[in-house]
Amino acid sequence: MRFTLNGKSRTVNAHPMKRLLDVLRGECGLTGTKEGCGEGECGACTVLLDGVAVDSCLVPLAHVAGKKVITIEGAAATRTGKALQNAFVEQGGAQCGICTPGMILAAAPLTSHASFDEIRTALAGNLCRCTGYPAIFRSVQSALKASKRAR
Amino acid sequence: MSALTLERPRSLKAALASLAADPSLMPIAGCTDVYVGLHFGTTPERRFLDLWGLKELRGIGVDGDALRIGALSTYTEIIQSTLVQQRVPMLVAASREVGGAQIQNRGTLGGNVANASPAGDTLPVLAAAGARIVLRSQSGTRTVPFDGFYTSYRNSIRTPDELVVAIEIPRLQGRQWWRKVGTRRAQAISKIMMAAVRGTDVRIGIGSVGPTVITATQAAAVLSGGGSIADAKAALLSEIRPIDDVRSTGEYRATVAANLLEQFWRET
Repeated sequence: MRFTLNGKSRTVNAHPMKRLLDVLRGECGLTGTKEGCGEGECGACTVLLDGVAVDSCLVPLAHVAGKKVITIEGAAATRTGKALQNAFVEQGGAQCGICTPGMILAAAPLTSHASFDEIRTALAGNLCRCTGYPAIFRSVQSALKASKRAR
Repeated sequence: MSALTLERPRSLKAALASLAADPSLMPIAGCTDVYVGLHFGTTPERRFLDLWGLKELRGIGVDGDALRIGALSTYTEIIQSTLVQQRVPMLVAASREVGGAQIQNRGTLGGNVANASPAGDTLPVLAAAGARIVLRSQSGTRTVPFDGFYTSYRNSIRTPDELVVAIEIPRLQGRQWWRKVGTRRAQAISKIMMAAVRGTDVRIGIGSVGPTVITATQAAAVLSGGGSIADAKAALLSEIRPIDDVRSTGEYRATVAANLLEQFWRET
């Protein structure tokens, strides 16, 4: 099975029904993607599949054949990824860190002019049990503002 | 994992041939429900047929007077479709409340129909809209009314060699209404939900209050005939079968069902 992982071509020998999450953490050795609930409720395992946020615990490896996958390890290369990572640090958006990779990748597809409501909607599928959401929303708002300035 | 098999047909024709040869194959697409069952050991099936790559099952368009939504249309595609926004805003509203963006990007309308859960978020909408389900097998295509599609808990009239290929929604007159009640606004499986249309006739679909989604024909008849909201609520309570389960109680669901009916009538 061949796909593009964080910009590099990658071939993996694994069962086509294996969860993308397990392939990323196991075969690919990228443990930045976290498993929370294993049932699409918490968003901790969010990755980008051809630029779209998906829960990697619910994606069979077969569905990434020939596609582009971006994990938190490659997030800095996305349009807003670097700004998001910086903002989460500066604004206190990360605490225990388990939800953070998923939060950042769920926010990455947002455009720099996204409204507060659009930010909330984009992150509705991601649960955090430490900071509460205001610090996370503040981080995303700050990152979008920074990426706007950068342009 | 090694006990699992996955067939990946390249066309609808090939998929139907596989299914005819082995009707025990379980069709899968966005996997948002199947993978939960597989991970927690509650999905007994071991042999799967992957429909995700079949372009014939995608696309949203107008066919005669009806809106035709390909079975593999995702919730995100439905939310973003101008056609659906114009014709069936209650379906857009329901799709917005299916999980978070990650689930909406993968889950499909055809999957929601075929999965046959009484808590399927879009099913009350399809009931209220008087939708039709397009089924195809190697021996042909049949279009069946959504009313009567489900025969019992998690069972439908779809035969094992058939696939849901599209959902047709007739042109609707009148105001559309949708409300889902769950533990929290986002990411919650419903305790109860209602979709309704108030035109010359009234149509009401209600979910999570019985073994299947229910088309509340009696309550709708009371309201269509100019009856009182009290009589309509009584009729509604006689045609739903809410139970106690992990998400709620039968008593709560009955009370909220009646309240939702009143809210629908007040707001439309």
